[in-house]
Amino acid sequence: MAEVLVAVEHAGETPKKVTLELLTLARSLGEPSAVVLGGPGDTEKLVDRLGEYGAVRVYAAEHEDLDGYLVAPKATVLAGLVRSINPAAVLLPSTQEGKEIAGRLAVKLDNGLLTDVVDLAADGTATQPVFAGSVIVTAKVTKGLPLVTVRPNSVTPSQAPVAPMVSTVEVELTDADRLVRVVERRAEQKGTRPELTEASVVVAGGRGVGSAENFALVEELADLLGGAVGASRAATDSGYYPHQFQVGQTGKTVSPQLYIALGISGAIQHRAGMQTSRTIVAVNKDAEAPIFELADFGVVGDLFTVVPQVVEEIRKRK
Amino acid sequence: MNIVVLVKQVPDSGSERRLRDDDYTVDRESASNIINEMDEYAIEEALRLREAYGGEVTILTMGPARSVESIRKALSMGPDKAVHVQDDALAGSCALGTSRALAAAIRTLSPDLVLAGAESTDGRVQAMPHMLAERLGFAALTGARKLTVQDGTLTVERQTEEGYEVVTAATPAVVSVWDTINEPRYPNFKGIMEAKKKPVTTLGLAELGLAAGEVGSAGATSTVLAARNRPERQGGTKITDEGAGGTKLVEFLASEKFV
Ligand SMILES: Cc1cc2nc3c(=O)[nH]c(=O)nc-3n(C[C@H](O)[C@H](O)[C@H](O)COP(=O)(O)OP(=O)(O)OC[C@H]3O[C@@H](n4cnc5c(N)ncnc54)[C@H](O)[C@@H]3O)c2cc1C
Ligand SMILES: Nc1ncnc2c1ncn2[C@@H]1O[C@H](COP(=O)(O)O)[C@@H](O)[C@H]1O
Repeated sequence: MAEVLVAVEHAGETPKKVTLELLTLARSLGEPSAVVLGGPGDTEKLVDRLGEYGAVRVYAAEHEDLDGYLVAPKATVLAGLVRSINPAAVLLPSTQEGKEIAGRLAVKLDNGLLTDVVDLAADGTATQPVFAGSVIVTAKVTKGLPLVTVRPNSVTPSQAPVAPMVSTVEVELTDADRLVRVVERRAEQKGTRPELTEASVVVAGGRGVGSAENFALVEELADLLGGAVGASRAATDSGYYPHQFQVGQTGKTVSPQLYIALGISGAIQHRAGMQTSRTIVAVNKDAEAPIFELADFGVVGDLFTVVPQVVEEIRKRK
Repeated sequence: MNIVVLVKQVPDSGSERRLRDDDYTVDRESASNIINEMDEYAIEEALRLREAYGGEVTILTMGPARSVESIRKALSMGPDKAVHVQDDALAGSCALGTSRALAAAIRTLSPDLVLAGAESTDGRVQAMPHMLAERLGFAALTGARKLTVQDGTLTVERQTEEGYEVVTAATPAVVSVWDTINEPRYPNFKGIMEAKKKPVTTLGLAELGLAAGEVGSAGATSTVLAARNRPERQGGTKITDEGAGGTKLVEFLASEKFV
């Protein structure tokens, strides 16, 4: 069976959920090979988990410059690997970094690229939502192999344990790969909440939450449901919540099982980032707020009375 | 410092957007078209750098004839001149083709810095800055929420999924900016009047030294097979809180097995 390359995105010692999703998808296309692009010793920590999700092979490309410089070295290594093994397809996560690596790879290989893919058939036909999910297209790469970035939460990860064969990849870089040095890397993620784009529950707050302090209420509900916290642009612009938690056209695209919008009007640019969520719940004191047009369950009311009651009721049931 | 700012004209995301029925490319005729919002932040950043260090700011747009509206609008904010890459053979370009044409145009301008938006609202490919950097051999510092320049060294604070990172590079470079980097100025009357007289150079394939088969639909490396509108989401139950709204909400969550 033909190899399907999956670029591994990992946080510390564990592959990100999207990587497990990509491996699951890769199994329907061929034989998954995971490519670890990281610093010395990274592969060893990841290999078991990658095997659990069906990585028949794990390519270990380890070099401190892969972490020390921005994106370009990873694209160079991946391009070399693609040239030497000629895989059936290459899958990357549709994250900022995934798209950036893919863009460089497309140029290096002069190969077509499809981004934000939510499904990929064995014949290379990809499904992509465009215009904030209002239009769904099917598309195909017509030059080269299917090179696609896949949106987190598009596939349900499932296990298919194998013992991976690990092969080491020679990392050969040029000066052109070392133009942008990373001098500092800082995490701003709060506590132990799941990552916004990966979470199966997202509780988001808008201008109606009123202040940074009041976001504690949004966080409390999120924690009770094991979810992530999101925010509208009005909320991030007002400094209620850090910018990287913004959902929408200029923020993150999320597609959780459950999205709860608190004090969010539901402007078209906000909907762009959340309207493919499976179930949408809204609390807003304005009965005419557009968010109700897409909410499966809406409560017209003051979030400061409704949400505490929700919290209390869930606690009672636990 | 000579700066090129990439400005893309896109259909307004606040109005209805569609694909054409014949070739499934973005319908730019029926839409109300505007400057891609993030690109306004790139223009603003360029103007601030010009104010601090001098030099020239050039707007670069690839798009159909009507993109000139956006070019004039961009110029009214203060840039010096513009280059419009326009040719019938460019219609239907994929991201790879667009990057080929834009890179060729950038070469004719030999800038120290290329500023772009982090992503466009129609394509959302988010890959153009890296594609260009790859073709030009420039450094690419993307997703900037802060940019500082000192003695030819660029330092960017870049937003990431986890938080932020600080990256540095020497010019020439491509920097893409996020909407957190600044607050774009509004064009004033004087700016709007001056923009009408600023030079806009149009470059076609011949001037860029490109063959028709390398770009446009002829050179496209991917193709759309079909498109359909996603069924509109229907609102479900809506209740008014009269004291038990929260409890009812939890009952709904329980019925859907979320609690
Ligand atoms: C190019 C562009 C890109 C954009 N990108 C994004 C994006 O990525 N993400 C995004 O979110 N927005 C984006 N926006 C902004 C968007 O248009 C809206 O302005 C924004 O989403 C509004 O946020 P909001 O719903 O929190 O605030 P508002 O629209 O002010 O709504 C607040 C809501 O809270 C309700 N409320 C107030 N108090 C209470 C209370 N006590 N209890 C219950 N309800 C209450 C009000 O009834 C109101 O409906 C973008 C805009 C543009 C032009
Ligand atoms: N046709 C174009 N003309 C000028 N700039 C463009 C064009 N396409 C993309 N860009 C620039 O590249 C950025 C990222 O676009 P994208 O990769 O399409 O998300 C945009 O914000 C623009 O600054």
